[in-house]
Amino acid sequence: MPTRTTLTALVAVTLLILLAGCSGQTPATTAPAPVGLTLRDSYVKAVPKDGEMPMSAIFGVLTNSSDRDITLVRGASDVAGSVELHEMAMEGGAMKMRERKGGFVVPAGSELTLEPGGLHVMLIGLTRDIKAGDTVSATLTTADGQDVTVDAVGRDLPNANESYAPEMSSGDGGW
Amino acid sequence: MMSDRTPDVGASRSSARGRVSRRALLRTGGGAAAALGLGAGAAVAVPRLLPDPSYPPATGGLEPFFGPHQAGVTTGRQSSAAFAAFTLRPVMRIADAQRMMRLVSDDAARLTAAQPALGDQEPDLARHAARLTVTFGVGPDLFGRLGLAAARPAGLVDLPAYKIDRLQARFSGGDVLVQIGADDPMVVAHALRQLTKTLRSFADRRWVQRGFTSAPGGFQERQRGESRWGHGGSSPQPALVRNLMGLVDGSANPRPAEPDFGSLVWSAGAPAWFAGGTTLVLRRIAMTLSTWDELDTSGKELAMGRRVATGAPLSGRLESDEPDLAAVDGNGQPVIPAFSHVAQARARTPEERFLRRSYSYDDGHADDEDTGTGLLFASYQADIGRQFLPVQQRLASSDAMNAWTVPIGSAVFALPPGCAPGGYIGQGLLS
Repeated sequence: MPTRTTLTALVAVTLLILLAGCSGQTPATTAPAPVGLTLRDSYVKAVPKDGEMPMSAIFGVLTNSSDRDITLVRGASDVAGSVELHEMAMEGGAMKMRERKGGFVVPAGSELTLEPGGLHVMLIGLTRDIKAGDTVSATLTTADGQDVTVDAVGRDLPNANESYAPEMSSGDGGW
Repeated sequence: MMSDRTPDVGASRSSARGRVSRRALLRTGGGAAAALGLGAGAAVAVPRLLPDPSYPPATGGLEPFFGPHQAGVTTGRQSSAAFAAFTLRPVMRIADAQRMMRLVSDDAARLTAAQPALGDQEPDLARHAARLTVTFGVGPDLFGRLGLAAARPAGLVDLPAYKIDRLQARFSGGDVLVQIGADDPMVVAHALRQLTKTLRSFADRRWVQRGFTSAPGGFQERQRGESRWGHGGSSPQPALVRNLMGLVDGSANPRPAEPDFGSLVWSAGAPAWFAGGTTLVLRRIAMTLSTWDELDTSGKELAMGRRVATGAPLSGRLESDEPDLAAVDGNGQPVIPAFSHVAQARARTPEERFLRRSYSYDDGHADDEDTGTGLLFASYQADIGRQFLPVQQRLASSDAMNAWTVPIGSAVFALPPGCAPGGYIGQGLLS
């Protein structure tokens, strides 16, 4: 029967292997290769923190300049309690938003567009107001465990109301 | 099929909270990995301001947005224009104005490069720029409102009230100006709509004045001694641009090739942040066409001081001839009447000159026969007080054309210098 010491050693080794697997590297490596993923033409919906629905979304075009597909699986931001990768999908006769199974796959040398009514990075539980002209940062993490920091500028958007609820009418009257 | 927590109105909050706690474990794990020096390395991606090379330049030409001066002043006049003025929200502070100008400068840089603005809801209307220019200005009251009274340019002077004025508030004043021009009215309309949307958090639209001219395509260059066909459009266009009275417009304008052009138009830096900027006087001049129609050609020419057909001064033969106010006819009478427009408008000193870039308007309703048609008089100069006011004073008191025109709108603005990529219009003032 394994002693406690052996068990502890086994757990430690397992943890190290798991963590190394997460990062895709062995311990004590120097700086990792650049990810090759950028977000251009990005913007985030301006939303007050204390509104009815303190949620927002980041849009833009993810560009993969590397020669391998990159999959984003999760995100984090100081502006939101949680960050999710969302898609819009038809469910029960209505378009609804939900987490995208498998995350965002940006093909090698190609792009993936995040736009209202489509894929977006969802910011849930805002910690501060997002005002038009503010810059918001988020960290998106790849399946390999590498982080990419993206920025987005706040914009007033009459649309992008799927973030709130599909049944609600969209925004103000316009002209 | 994943176990779906599809958010709808009722469930979104609780399911969001549930996901937060499930996420916490993974984030902690990632944090530990980072602490061990693994899997770090953040690549920073920033929003780009520059044109996207995947969009080819549009036909009809692109006018550069970046540069030492804003576009739309010396740019060849486009055939469609809109001037829109906005009133700043009372709560605005300098930090808000910075955000505002960053956003609209970004919109302008993209749209003039034939690219959609960020969040543009009609991106297809942005793919064709048609020489679009977007020019920004700030009105006199904005400086005090933002606590920047000391930064107000010396050349930005309010016009006094003139006896001839019948100014309407809906064509006058304003804190922020957006001047839009393009050779396609759809492009102008889209740009105006986009900028109005972007400004919505910061300012309310106060008025829009739309104009047109019969000069599509290239810059109309007048050659000494000849009329040259312009380029662009489906048929040759005459080089002379006219207003809706049928009179040649823009005679004796300072030209870019002339040595003092720069000092007439661009501020040398009064104050320093304003170097490379200019001021705009925008006056809506209604034409009382019902009585203008009662004149014959010679009556019009005596009021104007120029031939209708050619724009030549009555003392000369070509539009480019210098008016000779001393010329007399066989009876000793002045060839150019003393109270004609040309005689009163003519510069008495070299600095009484300014760059005119006017547009026609014609959007009156049936009951507006005598105010619905006219001229959006636009004049650009480094210093309104020294260059424009003396001329305007003479015209207000002594111009024969006053019998057939009525100023119904008036506004002045300071147009900041241009900016470089990464900057924004007005940065020198606001930062």
